[in-house]
Amino acid sequence: MTGRARTIHLTVVALLATMAVGSLLMIVAGASPLHAWGQLLQKTLGERQGFGQVLFRATPLVFTGLAVAVPLRAGLFNIGGEGQLTAAALACAVVAAALPPGLPAPLAVLIATAVAFLAGAAVGAATGAMRIYRGAHEVIVAIGLNAIIAGVALWLGNRSLFVGESTRTATIPAAAQLPELGLAGSNASVSALGALAVAALMAWLLARTRVGFTWRMTGQGLDAARAAGLPVDRARVWAMTVAGGMAGLAGAHFVLGHKHAYEDGLGRGVGFLGIAVALLAQGEALAIIGAALVFGVLGQGGLAIASDVPKEMVDVLQAVVVLVAAASLGRRRA
Amino acid sequence: MTAPAMRVRASRRFGDCVALADAALEVAAGTVHALCGENGAGKSTLMRVVYGLERADRGELELGERIDLARHGVAQAQARGVGMVHQHGMLVPTLTLADNAALGHEPVRGGRYDRAAAARALVAAAARLGQRLDPDALAGDLTVGEQQRAELAMVAARATRLLILDEPTALLAPREVDALFAMVRAFADGGGAVVLVTHKLDEVMAVADEVTVLRAGRTVASWSAEVTAAEIARAMIGGEPPPPATRAPTPAADAAIALAIEGVAAPGPRGGGAVDVTLRVAAGEVVGVAGVEGNGQRELALAVAGLAPVARGAVAVGGVDVTRATVAARRALGLAHVPEDRHLHGLVQGASVADNVALGRLAEVGRGPLIDRAAVATLTTQLLAAHDVRPADPAARAGALSGGNQQKLVVARELDRPGLRAVLAVHPTRGVDLAASARIHARLRDVAAAGAAVLLIAADLDELLALCHRVVVMHRGALAGELAGAALAAPDARARLGAWMVGATP
Repeated sequence: MTGRARTIHLTVVALLATMAVGSLLMIVAGASPLHAWGQLLQKTLGERQGFGQVLFRATPLVFTGLAVAVPLRAGLFNIGGEGQLTAAALACAVVAAALPPGLPAPLAVLIATAVAFLAGAAVGAATGAMRIYRGAHEVIVAIGLNAIIAGVALWLGNRSLFVGESTRTATIPAAAQLPELGLAGSNASVSALGALAVAALMAWLLARTRVGFTWRMTGQGLDAARAAGLPVDRARVWAMTVAGGMAGLAGAHFVLGHKHAYEDGLGRGVGFLGIAVALLAQGEALAIIGAALVFGVLGQGGLAIASDVPKEMVDVLQAVVVLVAAASLGRRRA
Repeated sequence: MTAPAMRVRASRRFGDCVALADAALEVAAGTVHALCGENGAGKSTLMRVVYGLERADRGELELGERIDLARHGVAQAQARGVGMVHQHGMLVPTLTLADNAALGHEPVRGGRYDRAAAARALVAAAARLGQRLDPDALAGDLTVGEQQRAELAMVAARATRLLILDEPTALLAPREVDALFAMVRAFADGGGAVVLVTHKLDEVMAVADEVTVLRAGRTVASWSAEVTAAEIARAMIGGEPPPPATRAPTPAADAAIALAIEGVAAPGPRGGGAVDVTLRVAAGEVVGVAGVEGNGQRELALAVAGLAPVARGAVAVGGVDVTRATVAARRALGLAHVPEDRHLHGLVQGASVADNVALGRLAEVGRGPLIDRAAVATLTTQLLAAHDVRPADPAARAGALSGGNQQKLVVARELDRPGLRAVLAVHPTRGVDLAASARIHARLRDVAAAGAAVLLIAADLDELLALCHRVVVMHRGALAGELAGAALAAPDARARLGAWMVGATP
């Protein structure tokens, strides 16, 4: 399996580069790299609460990572995760808060999650349709939609959806709130299990189904796929639609599993971080889980050693991972 | 005997692939030397080493004197009087021929580019090879043949020792081939040496004084005296050449029209394309479309396949109008497509052989929304075995197969399928070795014999004359002439088709 070998190779290189740059930064900051790395690992993987926080951080990254990976396999680049997540989270929070009381919890969660998925999917579908049927580049369209959605969400919130003077919508009923995993008071909720299931579902979709096959062939050889009669245009719009839905699930994770409302700035940056996750995972759905955990460890571990090292170090290290992944992906295409 | 104009011996590997294994070639001044071999035999690589475009891992080169291969490059080769004409022209289409010729070596007078001097130099260089050309013509306005002759004159003006032509006739009509070879002959008669890289044996017999054959990166034979085409062919493939292609039985006069092209116009992206083409192919009939590249064949093929819009006219498969139908709908009606560009349209290079089989056969291996992987495996294994695709490994990356095996894979997927009614085959054997070509020819013949209509678009007249019941010629987007039946077998068939190809009336 050359694909798998390449992913392993990439992961090792990315980790080594991250450790090298991180160690350098730690020395500059006056900390002992050995101690700081030890602390970072101990506070994330070595204790229940820290590990719970890692899961909590990795969960939305699995979703936004898939939101990039699926179109990537179909030959499109989805950088609209931010807007898709925001639109979905707002819709999810508003609908969940309006659910009739007494609704059974599973049903409430299902409805709220479906709303989030569909709202994100609608944004993704619009992006894909603009690309395929109007010829507008999906990156440009996504940049525009990200800005529009951020503006509209804030405007809608200030106008009518935010409660009182806050920048937060009404709290959703308890029935729609996801139970926590119970990892020593960490914020991890059962949405982490949902992320695992969805990543597995996407892997299955890509490997075994007609639509997944069409995505893969379209991404690897658009003209050959078209010549063989595959519905490449429809498939690419669907890839962006499903991607929007994935980003939407990240919104549901924040609303249903953590904040229990929509608030301004919710999940900000997670959509973009999904690009890094997908690149590190080379677009492989199952590898997304591992890549998201790497970013979860870095994010959480950075906080844990913030007394020794400036917290900006984490941003730098995440960027190092992105650079290594991007350089590798570029070579793969060449 | 004087020292040769060029002597080379080289080895070169690309990864695991041995391109040259101590391949050797010696060319005498004043001779035309044909370098023959199947695709992938190393012909082009060896010549790129001589011209300084490719590094050799090991070897030696003499151009009058011993050359240090480690320091060899294009500039060094040119300084020693070596020139190379590539298969695809290297002219800038928006410049005149004189400007193209001067590019990088501009004659200067009073500190300014002296265009008149450039024009005079080019005209003189062409005249030495017996060629007249207009130095003020824009390169882009010329036919492929004219461009190639102009380029040959430009290169020959500087290359005093050795002229290398890499498959120069792939895109030319027979008359243009003759004109090109006349120039090549004139260059050799003037004392220069020529290496003609080719796998076309009739060209070798027509123009070459000496022949060297490469096989799998090794020099396997070399002749300076009389040699027959059959001997060269045996050396190229290392065994007996496959029997020549045969024609499918002539279909009955009342056979149904399986593929109908009615007054089709299909413009190209930059104008040109097909203007008005009407062609009806009966079940069991093989109709050939000849023509110089760029006369609308590509646009016509893409329009029939459903990959480009039909501007005017209609296309029908099995009597059903498909003018506006999707590719999938055409395939469902029994249309198969062996595309011109197998890298772009034929196969997904980065995907596995099995995925590439499934690509064109989803109707058979799909189970509702799922793909039956066992069915894909069974079908792939069966196709690979039946069509001798090597390696017979369903998991191999399609792009890792040789050109001939890639094409055998496309042909297997497209032609070996149930419900086949009409076949559109575009240059199906271009760049494919003799053995694979023979298999593809036999396959086209067999599907026609089994009742499919075959529309064969090709540049190779031998191929068309051997396989077709009828051959039409496309020129400037329309049909310029047609030969069928006895007229195709007549000795003047080739000349008549060739005349139509360049727009003349025979």
